[in-house]
Parts: sequence; C-alpha cells; structure tokens
Amino acid sequence: MKVIVNVMPKPSVLDPQGAATAQAMKHLGLEGVGTVRVGKQIEIEIDEVDEAKLHEIARDLLSNPVIEDYEIIR
Amino acid sequence: MKFAVIQFPGSNCDQDCIRAINDLDGATADYVWHKDSSLAGFDAVVVPGGFSYGDYLRCGAIARFSPIMQAVTKAAAEGKLIIGICNGFQILCETRLLPGALVRNRDLHFICEHVHLRVERTDSAFTNKLTANSTLHVPIAHGEGCYFADDATLNELKAENRILLRYSDAQGNVTEAANPNGSKENIAGICNSTRNVFGLMPHPERACEARLGSTDGRGIFESMITAFSAQ
Repeated sequence: MKVIVNVMPKPSVLDPQGAATAQAMKHLGLEGVGTVRVGKQIEIEIDEVDEAKLHEIARDLLSNPVIEDYEIIR
Repeated sequence: MKFAVIQFPGSNCDQDCIRAINDLDGATADYVWHKDSSLAGFDAVVVPGGFSYGDYLRCGAIARFSPIMQAVTKAAAEGKLIIGICNGFQILCETRLLPGALVRNRDLHFICEHVHLRVERTDSAFTNKLTANSTLHVPIAHGEGCYFADDATLNELKAENRILLRYSDAQGNVTEAANPNGSKENIAGICNSTRNVFGLMPHPERACEARLGSTDGRGIFESMITAFSAQ
C-alpha cells in the first residue's frame, strides 16, 4: 500500500519560499492570491503499517515538530 | 586537550577545524567517522559545517540518527564540551541537544560573507576568553541559518543568559539591518542549560589565521581550552 505523509511549516514559522512563490504567481497574472505556504509530501510504499511506529517516524525523522506539522494520509 | 571532529558524508569544514585547532597551544584534533560509536579518549567534540547527507529532508535531519550522534549525546550528558558550527549547529538542534531550529534564510539566498557578532556573555566555556560587548569579525556561509524558536523558548534562552552571540554591526549595535538571515533576536549562537553544548552559524574556524582576514575565531577555541584546563 501507499502511505502519504504531508509536512507543512507551522503557521508561526516564516515561510519565505511560500512568500516568493505567491509573488511569482501574482507576477504570472493569477488573481486573488493570498498566503502561499510550501511544504513537502513523502510517499511511502509499505507492506503493513505499524501505526505507532509510523507516527514516531513522521514526528522524529520526516518532520521537525519545532517548525513543522505532519499529517498521515492513506 | 583532545578534540574530536566528526566527519559525516558531506561535511566540508572538518579539515578547517582540524587545522585551526592543531594550530592552538594545548590542543590537538582528530577526525571521527560518523559510523563510529565511541568518543573514548576525546575531551571535546566539534560537529563541523558542511552538507551532511546532502541536507536531504532537512539540514541535519539524517545526521541526527547516525551512530556517532548517540556518542555525542552521551558525551554532552557527561558534561564534555560540544561545539556545533553551521551544519553542526543544525545537527545539534535536530538532535535536541539545543532548542529551536534553523530554517531558510529570510531572503532565500545562500549567504557567504563576513559578519560582525556581538559577544553577549562571557560566562561560558566557549566565550570566557572574549570580552563582553566586543565584536567578532567572522564569516557565515549558509542557506538555512535563520534561527527559529517559539516565544517561550526565546524567553528561557534570555532568562538563562544562553544567547552567547548576536549578529550586530561593526560597532556592536544589534539591529535588524545587521541581521543577515532573519534569525529571531539576531541570534547567532546559543548554549544549552548546562552551558557545555554550544551551537553557532558563523565559522570561527575560518577566522583563525591572519591571512584569512581575521583571527577573531581563535578566542572561541581558546575559551574551550581554558575551560577544560580549569576543570
């Protein structure tokens, strides 16, 4: 199966990548652009899921809880 | 005093650190490979700059789980002096030996230039040879050097006098204009609560020889030697 982990910067953390991307979108004529935030998505092919272990990995390796939030999707 | 300089795949300031430390009186330095799991025989540890594991995932995220970092964590708990420079600072934050995190520079650019640092505290093993409120002229070279921590953590750092270096202008004024990367509170270097683990984004090892334009970095390593000798 495939498990997806989304990692996003916390709202309180400055996201200059998102701000620069928003600026570029406006420059290209996309109207009504508000805040843009850039995160990352990690796709994991896995046979079976140990739920607790997966959360541990998402928290300790895939994200840094000081600056990022994660969500697990499948 | 024997320094271990950790080598990860992608470290690129390890040789500079070895050279700078071996040039000092009372200290020698040797490489320790990231797959090693012992720091026996070493009195202090340098986690050097570079791009450990290609900065994949996040700067320092993968290095954190290398075998040697367990030994570094143990050495820190034993009270040995640990200094993390640039990527080493990022690794110490990821390892949770230091609070906060280093994120993308405010203006997104990789910055490679000399900056001024104001010496905030001299009551640490890393700054005891420096003069309070003096400035150091030391290079930075990073893309992710913007120090971030939540307000509670920042208040704790301030209350415990753990902010050792701040970005400033040449006169020592800590201003927004002198903040190269958007770091909270102009933070360039902090220590842990027991004051034996220090992380900083600037490169003191690149400011240890007059021909490199500055010798201001020597004081940081000399402070460590002084602190160790006094033990």
